[in-house]
Amino acid sequence: MPRPGAVIEVDRNTPPVLFHFGEGIRLEKLPLGARIVYPPDPLEPIAHPERAIRRALAKPLEDDPLKSLLRRGMKLTIAFDDLSLPLPPMAAPDVRQLVMEEVIDMAAEAGVEDVHVIAALGLHRRMTDDELRHIVGDRIFTTFHPDRLYQHDGEDPENNVYVGKTAQGEEVTLNRRAAESDLVIYVNLTLVPMDGGHKSMSTGLASFRSIRAHHNAKTLLASRSYMNPPDSALHHSCMRQGQLIEDTVRVFHIETTVNNHAFPAIANFMQKRETDWTAQDQAMFLATKQMTDLAPPAFKRNVFHAMRAPYGLTAVNAGQVDAVHDKTLEAVRKQLNVQVEGQTDIVTLGVPYLGPYNVNAPMNPILVVCMGLGYLFNFYRNQPVLRKGGVLILTHPCRYEFDAVQHPSYIDYYDEVLADTTDPIEIEAKYEIRFAEDPWFRQLYRKSHAYHGIHPHYAWIWAAHAMQHAGDVIFVGADRDVVHRLGFKAATTLEDAFEMAEQTVGRYPSVTHLRTPPIMLCEVE
Amino acid sequence: MLKLGDVPEPVLPARDWVRVMPSVSGICGSDLAAISGHISLYLDPLTSYPFVPGHEVVGVLDDGARVVIEPALGCVVRGIDPLCPRCAEGRPGLCYNVTEGPIEVGLQTGYCADTGGGWGEVLVAHPSQVHAVPDSLSDEAAALIEPFACCIHAALRGGATKDDIVVVSGAGTIGLLTVAAVRLFTPPKRLLAIAKHPTQRDLARKLGADQVVAPSEAYQRIRFATAARRLDGINRPLLLGGADITFECVGRADSLNDAVRFTREGGTVVAVGMPGEEKVDWAPIWQRELTVTGAYAYGSEPKRKGRKTFDLALEAAAELPLGELTGPLFGLADYRDAIAYAMSAGRLGAVKVAFDLRGLRA
Repeated sequence: MPRPGAVIEVDRNTPPVLFHFGEGIRLEKLPLGARIVYPPDPLEPIAHPERAIRRALAKPLEDDPLKSLLRRGMKLTIAFDDLSLPLPPMAAPDVRQLVMEEVIDMAAEAGVEDVHVIAALGLHRRMTDDELRHIVGDRIFTTFHPDRLYQHDGEDPENNVYVGKTAQGEEVTLNRRAAESDLVIYVNLTLVPMDGGHKSMSTGLASFRSIRAHHNAKTLLASRSYMNPPDSALHHSCMRQGQLIEDTVRVFHIETTVNNHAFPAIANFMQKRETDWTAQDQAMFLATKQMTDLAPPAFKRNVFHAMRAPYGLTAVNAGQVDAVHDKTLEAVRKQLNVQVEGQTDIVTLGVPYLGPYNVNAPMNPILVVCMGLGYLFNFYRNQPVLRKGGVLILTHPCRYEFDAVQHPSYIDYYDEVLADTTDPIEIEAKYEIRFAEDPWFRQLYRKSHAYHGIHPHYAWIWAAHAMQHAGDVIFVGADRDVVHRLGFKAATTLEDAFEMAEQTVGRYPSVTHLRTPPIMLCEVE
Repeated sequence: MLKLGDVPEPVLPARDWVRVMPSVSGICGSDLAAISGHISLYLDPLTSYPFVPGHEVVGVLDDGARVVIEPALGCVVRGIDPLCPRCAEGRPGLCYNVTEGPIEVGLQTGYCADTGGGWGEVLVAHPSQVHAVPDSLSDEAAALIEPFACCIHAALRGGATKDDIVVVSGAGTIGLLTVAAVRLFTPPKRLLAIAKHPTQRDLARKLGADQVVAPSEAYQRIRFATAARRLDGINRPLLLGGADITFECVGRADSLNDAVRFTREGGTVVAVGMPGEEKVDWAPIWQRELTVTGAYAYGSEPKRKGRKTFDLALEAAAELPLGELTGPLFGLADYRDAIAYAMSAGRLGAVKVAFDLRGLRA
């Protein structure tokens, strides 16, 4: 029986706790009385994923069995989530591969010949052939690529259609092939509660025109948090758009969830609580620490990005979008939820080397903010672990380091926009269209492997709620110039950061450390 | 070879010429190039030796009037009638009679054996070369009128419009004054300055640049400003699209090669900084059908109803903090220190290093 998540109070016997530090790790001593929140252990995975998938397709939720929806002569489109999740990428076979192979076999049996497989990457970067192959597997890649397995292009004027407007005036566009299909099967992998549901179609197969309806500062500020769909304006908007899409095209949803077994055996110590570390874990920690302290960033990056997570499938549900997604969220919460009593003055977080938008690339400063103040801060329900006006302390080297291929518009966003202002609302008013419509960014998104020109803005506004909520944000061990450009404070050590925080929260503040990843969702009472 | 010593006072070549006692005299990039041996040998036959350097001069006449010198030695100065076609157009910098008349060969005062120069106690000037300095302008500011006139001439030759995106590459004296000239005389849609050192960056902003970028980020910033496309070549990048007009104020191969690669197809590159024999790839000039134009000296400006560039500079100077650009000042006796300082001016936070000769008159 896996252990649930836990909140441990630091006493004299508590060992130093692990902090992620980009492509490095640190052990830090926390003050007596501080709380450490640990994620639950990985749930037991489903023993026979293929069987579970077949069962889900045969007995869908509030929908007909998939087999009955397939017929000769039909136009079938299979869309699937891109490499932005899970993180780290899943050890082969990816569950999306297993699901799609099952669906394609079923379609073949029914005599369906016109099948297209589309990576629903929204405004994310195009994947390389190897990355694509890793998700769909050799068989599908060899059979369908490149003519019938390809990646959505939200800037292709010929292949995006205008679907209409929601009652709230949100415009909706959709990939033309999907819109003109007799059936779209969406194959999803939900790692966190933000993913899946109506958001899959309304962002994955959409264009800027459509996505800007909810990817904006106002909506993000009204999402408390976007990791909890009922309290998320982002999801309400996606839902309205998704309903319009479902009225236009027949969609059959297949959603999967995995456990939080994020690290392979070699990095098992990252998965475990420090009190559980064996001699072998301690040795691995020391070896990793030595390597990450001494090795050049590029080498460390190669080592870390080569890691594959031994995730295990925990649920697969198919059918009508809302019914399916309810079950999915239930499974996700079962894996991620940790009960946390009350808020604290200070929250500490280690920002790891990887987030959804830097697979095989350095985590640039904007993505560090997106990861720390965006994703990690927002992993809560009810209320943030940090009290309003409290201090958020993050550890990350936060270097001026950008991947020119994946993140060209991030460089300009950092150099031009953040030099002007860091206020999400002001930035949006001044720069949104300029970044979204820059022809070079558009071309790099379409033909190279670059995130869309507007993407750095989305990464930035993902942190808007935390920026508004926190009284101060302090980065430990980071490049000072970079942190100041981001609008935050820099400290050399965690002790310095605590001392600086006293100016905001007073002496003897309450402290909570979120020992993540592996990820967790704090249910804050 | 440069040396400090006593030389005979220059003789007035004609009865109407006047004596000018320099007060402040700047050290120009061309002076440094001549001293360090980097100057183009093209200029050698256009110079007579030995000469007293110094052509950025504010001084006083025998009657005590404060004046700046317009150094070009064209037909009018040389008393040649009829004027050569270029002088007739009001472009004495392009005079082809620079070997004629009562004075020796020379394009300018400060490069002519007979006129003396600003780095001496006395020089001689034709009345057409002399412009009265208003009391409101300090000597330090007035010493920059000559280079400012060059930059106004360059700005007018570039002819930017309100729809253009303009880049000024380099932020020494010429670069900074070109920023000011473009801002005042041909204000564009957006003006970017490429500046290396912190003081240069601050001054570029103060003089009218919308944005100041480091040389290492020039392609990135210009690409973004112009929504161009960037391709990374083997040796250096290039932009498809780019700046409408680039004022190249460095005169070195690196900067020139960048300028022709980040200026848009069909755009204009104005060479303002004095170049030497630099290795420049002509392929972008050819393929992009660039207009590469020089901007040398001053005269009268057809785009300003034929007004003299020096008059425009003297008027506009009132609006600018030119005095902040001059300094430190050195005595002639410290000429080695002065030149060493000027050679590293940008790095040392200076723009126009100059000689202060006022003490010599006392």
